[in-house]
Parts: sequence; C-alpha cells; structure tokens
Amino acid sequence: MRKILLSLLAVCALAFTAHAQSGTVLLNSAGATFPYPIYSKWFDVYHTAHPNIQINYQSIGSGGGIRQLMAGTVDFGASDMPLNDQTLAQFKYKVLQFPTVLGAVVPTYNVPGVTAELKFTPEALADIYLGKVTKWNDPEIAGANPGVKLPSDDIVVVHRSDGSGTTFVWTDYLSKVSGDWKSKVGSNTSVNWPVGLGGKGNEGVAGLVQQTPDALGYVELIYALQNHMSFGTVKNSAGNFVKASLATVSEAASGAAVKMEKDIRISITDAPGANTYPICSFTYLLIPQNISDATKRDTIKGFLKWMLTTGQTMVEALNYAQLPKAVVKIEMKQISEIQ
Amino acid sequence: MSTPAITMDNAVPPKVGPRAFLQRLRHGDEIAHLVTLIFAASILLLTSLLVLELWRESHLSRAQFKWSFFWTSTWDPVFNHFGALPFIYGTLVTSAVSLAIAVPLGLAAAVFLAELAPRTLSDYIAFLIDLLAAVPSVIYGLLGIFIVVPLMRTTIGPALKHTLGFLPIFSGPNYGVGFLTAGIVLSIMIVPFIISVSREVLLTVPRDQREAAMGLGATRWEATWKVVVPWARTGIMGSIFLALARALGETMAVTMVIGNDPKIAASLFAPGYTIAAVIANEFTEATGDLYLSSLIELGLVLFLMTFILNGLARILIVATERGGGRPS
Amino acid sequence: MNRIRTIWRKSLNVVMLTLTGVAAFAVVGVLFFILGYLVYYGGKSLNWNFFTKLPVPVGETGGGMANAIVGSLKLLLLAALMGLPVGLIAGIYLAEFGGKTFSFVIRYTTDLLNGVPSIVMGIFAYSIVVEPVKHFSTLAGGFALGVMTIPITVRATEEFLRAIPGSLREGAMALGASKWRTIASVVLPAASGGIITGMLLALARVAGETAPLLFTAFSNQFWSPGWSQPIASLPVMIYTYAIAPYDDWHRQAWAAGLVLLGLVLLANLGCRLVMNRRGVRGV
Repeated sequence: MRKILLSLLAVCALAFTAHAQSGTVLLNSAGATFPYPIYSKWFDVYHTAHPNIQINYQSIGSGGGIRQLMAGTVDFGASDMPLNDQTLAQFKYKVLQFPTVLGAVVPTYNVPGVTAELKFTPEALADIYLGKVTKWNDPEIAGANPGVKLPSDDIVVVHRSDGSGTTFVWTDYLSKVSGDWKSKVGSNTSVNWPVGLGGKGNEGVAGLVQQTPDALGYVELIYALQNHMSFGTVKNSAGNFVKASLATVSEAASGAAVKMEKDIRISITDAPGANTYPICSFTYLLIPQNISDATKRDTIKGFLKWMLTTGQTMVEALNYAQLPKAVVKIEMKQISEIQ
Repeated sequence: MSTPAITMDNAVPPKVGPRAFLQRLRHGDEIAHLVTLIFAASILLLTSLLVLELWRESHLSRAQFKWSFFWTSTWDPVFNHFGALPFIYGTLVTSAVSLAIAVPLGLAAAVFLAELAPRTLSDYIAFLIDLLAAVPSVIYGLLGIFIVVPLMRTTIGPALKHTLGFLPIFSGPNYGVGFLTAGIVLSIMIVPFIISVSREVLLTVPRDQREAAMGLGATRWEATWKVVVPWARTGIMGSIFLALARALGETMAVTMVIGNDPKIAASLFAPGYTIAAVIANEFTEATGDLYLSSLIELGLVLFLMTFILNGLARILIVATERGGGRPS
Repeated sequence: MNRIRTIWRKSLNVVMLTLTGVAAFAVVGVLFFILGYLVYYGGKSLNWNFFTKLPVPVGETGGGMANAIVGSLKLLLLAALMGLPVGLIAGIYLAEFGGKTFSFVIRYTTDLLNGVPSIVMGIFAYSIVVEPVKHFSTLAGGFALGVMTIPITVRATEEFLRAIPGSLREGAMALGASKWRTIASVVLPAASGGIITGMLLALARVAGETAPLLFTAFSNQFWSPGWSQPIASLPVMIYTYAIAPYDDWHRQAWAAGLVLLGLVLLANLGCRLVMNRRGVRGV
C-alpha cells in the first residue's frame, strides 16, 4: 500500500516538474473539421520551422470553434461557415475572417447496375432531398442521363446527422437553386431534413451509401477522392455538367475576389463561369482584431503570412484547392488590421 | 440496515446532552458517521449543481416552448422550432430493446460464471468481460457500422421479416440502421455491467442456501433459479439499473447506427434518434442561442426520464419484495 | 406421474444450464471478435513509434500517440483520485450509517447521475471548471471523468458491504471494536474484492469516454506538462482519426483502441496481483 502511494506521489511530482521550456509560445485553437488535415499539417510544419511555437488545433466543429472563441478559451477559431452579422454582434470585439482553403461537396451514390457517372441537375438534387422525387428512374434524373438504365427503385436519401459545414454548403446551394427548399428547409449546419437517413460524419454518410443499394448522399470532395468513391457531376449555372476537381473548384473562387473586397464573407455556391463547380466554399480562420498579448499577436500574424504564401503550396497534395491570388492579396491587407 | 450494534460502550445506559456527544465523538463513530455523510451528501450536491446548470442554460427554450416541447415532433434549426418527442421515443425504444437482449443474456452468463464454471475459469472469463466495458464507444460504433448494420440488412432483418413480419414492430423497409440495430449494439455495451456485478453478487450468496435447496431435492437449476438468484435480487436489479443508465446516456455508438432520423415509427427497422445522440451530433456545431438552449433542455428532459424510470423500477422492487430475498 | 415430472425437471435442468453456458461463451466470443478486429486492423500500426512519438500530419509516417497514452494515464489517475474515494465513502455511508429516507435519496441521485449522457457531463464540467478560468485543462477532464466513476463505485461498495454477514460485524464488536473500527479493519477488507472490481469497472468505463473530454481536456498535438494545459487522450484521438478520410489514420485509430484495452487490462492485472498477494477473497 505504501509502495503504491509512494509511486503515485512520484508520478505526480514528475508531471508537475515537467514545465514547458521558457520562451515557448502556446496557442490554442478550435473549430471546423473539414480543414483539419491541412491545418494539422500546417501547424506541424510551422512548429518544425519555429520550434518555440506550438499551435494546438482541435476539430470540435465550427459551432464549437465560434463558441470557444466567444468564451475566450481559445486564441483563434475556425469555421466552415462565414459568420453572419448576428453572430458577429455577439462577440464583444471585432472578429476578422480569413479564408484559408477551398473545398467542395459532391453527390455520391450506389445504384445497382449503374456504373456510369450520373449527371444531376440542381432541380433534381433539391427535389430528391425534398422528397418530391422518390424513384431513380424519375424523369428529372433520367432526363439528364440519357442512355443510362436507371432502376425504378426508391431512392434512399442520406444526409449528415451531425452539424457540419458540409451540410451548410450543400443546403446553401440547394437554397439558391430551389425556392421551395429555401422556404421549407433553409440552410444551416443542421436542418430539418424532409426525408432521409442521417450518417455521422463523412464516413457515416459514405458508409451508409456504400452499403445501402439505391442510396444517394453528399460528402466532401477530399473524402470521396481519398476513398476512391464514385461521385456524380452537377450542372452549374452556365448549364454545363461539371465534375468536382481542384481546378473546377478554384474556378468557382476566382470570380469571387472582386466581391470580397467589400465583404470577405462570400458564398461561392452556384458561382458563375463555364467551368465552375457549383457546390464549393471557403473555410475561414476567425482571428480577433485586437490581441493584447504582443507575442501571441506577432505569432498569429507571422503564421497567417506564412499560410498565405508557403502554406498554400501544400494544400493540393491533400486535395484542397488553393486560394486565388486575388483573394490572397485581400487577406494580406487584412492582416495589417490585427493590432 | 445492519443489525443494531451491541458494543461494550453500551454496557452503561446512554447519556444525553452535549457532553455525551463529545464523548461519543472521541470514540470516532460520530466522526465516521459525519464524514461518510458529507461524502454522500456531496453526490447530492453535484447532481443538484448539474441540474441547476442545465436549468439555467436552457431558459431560452423553456420560455419559448414551455410544455409543448414535450409533445412537439419537429426539430428545425433553421426556423428555430424544436420539440423533444421523437427523441424521447427513440431513447425509450432503444433502451428497452437493449435491456430485452442484455438482461437475459447477462443474467444467464452471470449464473453460469457464478454457479457452474470452475472458479479459476470463471475468474478469467469475468476478467475478460470487464474488458468489454473499456472498449470506447466510438469503436463500438464503428464495429456497428461495419458489421452489425450489414448483418441486419442482409441476414437478421430478412430472417425476422420472414418469420415475424406480420408484427408491426417488424414491418417496413429495412436499411440496416435503425432502432433494432442500435438496441443490439447497446446491449453488447451494457452486458458487461450486468454480468460483472451480478456474478459478484451471486458469489456472495451463502453456500448453505444452495445446499438447503438441494438437500430438499431440487435440481441444480431449480436451486439456482428459485433460491440463489432471488437471494441476490437487489444486487442484480442494481446491475440492471447501471446497465439501463448507460443505455439511456450512450451517445457515440448509437448515433452511428440508428439512422439519425427524428421520426416516430412503430417498426424497429425504422431509423430513429435518441436524446443523447442528437446532443452529441449537434452540440458542437450549434450556433444559435435558442438552438443551444433547446439541446440543453433535451439534456434536462433525459434527466427527467431517468428520474421517472428509476422511480418506476424502484416501485417494482418494492412490489416484488416478498420472501426469498436476503434480509435487508 | 412423478416420473414424468422428474424427467421434465431433469431435462429442464440440463437445458437451462447449457443455455447459461452458451450465453457466457457468446459474450466472451463477442469480446474476442472485437479484440481480433482491433488486432487485425490496428496491429500493423503498432510499432515502437506509436508509443514514443507525437502525432504527425496525415501523409507522413513515423507518427505515434505517445502524448495520448500519457494523457489517458494522467486523466485516469485524476479521475481515480477525485471520484473513487467519494464513491467508496458514500457507499460506506449507505451501507453502514444511513438513515432510511436520506439513503433512499442518495441512492436515487446516484442512479440519476449515472444516467447523465457523457456529453452532458462534459458540458457540466466545462461550465464549472473551464469557463471560470477560461482555459481547457487536464484537471477539468479529470473532474468530468471522476464524477462519472462515482455511481458505479457507490453501488459496488454498498452492495458488497451489505453482503458481509452480520456475524462478522458482531464478532468484531464483541471484541470491543467501535463501529468505524469494525468497518475499517474487518468489513471493508472482507468486501474489498467486490469493491475493487467495481472501481476497476468504473475506471474501465471512463477510460473509453470521449465526449466529456472534448470540452474539458480538449486535446493537444504536443506534450502537456503539468495539470492545467489541454491534454491529448486515446479516446479523443480515436474519435478524431476514425472520422477522418485517411486510411492511415483509421489504422492508427484501431491501434489506439487496442492500446487502450491493453492499458485497462494491465491495470486490472496489476490490481489483482496486488490483491492476491495480500490474500484478499473473491479475486
């Protein structure tokens, strides 16, 4: 008994004496899950380049990131959705939003007997998720896919059960292309889905789709690419069926830079352009405008500059799309606003 | 209650008054009583604090929806319309299914381990079963997705439909995810608690009880079922409470296999949603204040449900407290 | 007539007893299956690096979960220190000292506490420990887990203390021991087998909990010195890695699950060894 107590005491003492080395700058951040892979890469590379800087990022979700930033328990946050004026007003201080990378959401399906790449019109997607289109061989789907033999089975609709930026992008798109959707359901990280099963996380949706015949769901592009999933093409506002790829996603963002001068928060779903993929979005870092701690402030500013230059060169390896150069310029200017 | 103590101290008639109290204090029993009381009361304090926090943080939605929160079926974060009914239903159904599977299974296993298996084998197996309790919920969820869900869709579901498909609880389309799957996964998660505690309690049943029964001509099974198990009744019920509590509050594993559809359906094959699952899914991403408040109010509702269920279960115990149990 | 009844009773006997055996082995079978799955999928990722290195970003090799392993150990230590004594002493109260109504209330409350979803526990710990000081910490995580160990410990303690026959207590008192002395020196040691099993069960349960840690201990890419920083833990790592798109991370998640089970196994083994050496009954 005594031996156990002594060893316990020793462990506690050890834990207490292991101080962080002096001069280490420790930053805590939290938020979106979508960019977690690239953020963890960035923070790791940055730490190797600057061994005294430790930036700890945890993907607890965009909402979590926003709330923790409001509560002051993290130094900066990350969110897949831009903050609307209502949310911004709840902060006691001004928050700057910095887009970091681009991502896309793709429709993935599992239709028995169909190996071809299916084409989806915006109306078809909205009506399927509204529950108005229930069978695979419905004219709305068949019309866009001539020559493909679609079964008359019921579509098993799959959506996300957990609140997520992916859902926000998907519903934001559906709200833009379908007035019905906008009035009945709307867009948010979590909505009142008219039909469908809920899968937890990308892997939940992917798992359900892969295992359930006649299923249709939506996942992030990275996820589909990493797991070699087949996904369909979507018709963009110019009328072309575009398959999501880094190129088509970047296209969607290139036109946005002009509007971002005025307000950096911009939705790029259903963006104009011949070769744009219509379901994509930025993801943002949320930085307080006023940071009292000088070391932390300089560290964050230094990181942001690095992220916009060297950092951007690493994103494509992980299947994220780079920020357009015009957007980078706007953000560089915004960095100077941090005081 | 323990039998009244007959100690040497009571050889003298008990004194009353503050001096007597101080004297008793010196003997340490009063201190012990006080200390243990304080610790026991701290549990009360903690729980009250918890309820208070939940109450405070949910004031927005309580003010907005009042009692209709209990019977509204919508859950709409966009239009800020929230109701708890589908989640209450899902929680009750999945817990019921999981208990229906885990209690017979767990009790049977505990009986085997306590009565039939040789002691060393029993110890080893019990040890291994305790390990099941340590498997993280996420892993149960993943295994649920990879193994139980396809099994349900391809094998168990069709088999049930073939034989019992006329019952409303087995009607409707079978996606693999749903109430039944969640109940099955939950039952595996809670069975270690039932087995572990029940086995230990069964082992404490005095040997003379068994021997008396068998001396009267009972078979091994009859002695076990009619004498030993009733003797350990309260302990076994306690283990079932533990299991039920875990089933009610389980989050990760359930949300991965229940289909996450806030709808009420009669069929066990239908997808559903539980309170714990929806909180786990939406809490970190919830930004609106009313949204957050509604989620926390759901936590309060779960608390209330646990309160009522425990009450009912205790009434059940009292009602069955006839002869055959260990004198309390 | 009697013969038919006897045959019925005898066959029932055999059937039921066999069923119990089947049940036991079914449950064990499930466990072995889970273990086998974890070993198969996670075994490849279990190497020296896993135990000694920090996590690396996806796509790079050589990373590990050393900080998460240490983190889980620290958190469990805190949970044990904060929760087990409370459970033990409260259980002693219920079994030995309690009055009828107050005991009922305490028991009821304990069951209620047990039914709180782990995420609500996390939210509660957040509002009590994290929000006031405005940062995540190991202490907060330990607190959340500690509270969760209390109900199981209380139940186990009470149950096994009550199982000790009154004759043992009376014998000690007849020799002149006061009540608390009886409890401390005679009753508790006699019941310790069951109580320690209960405590280990409680710790095993919280070892695998993710949700309470998300808002309290948070997590950490790096080492976490002291007790007031965010800290990594195996369940949170499993959660983060399992839902990511990368195969390599999935395998690491399975490996982490295996390590977690291994830790619990070691802890159980350790306790049993110590108890056997001291000749404690029931182990």
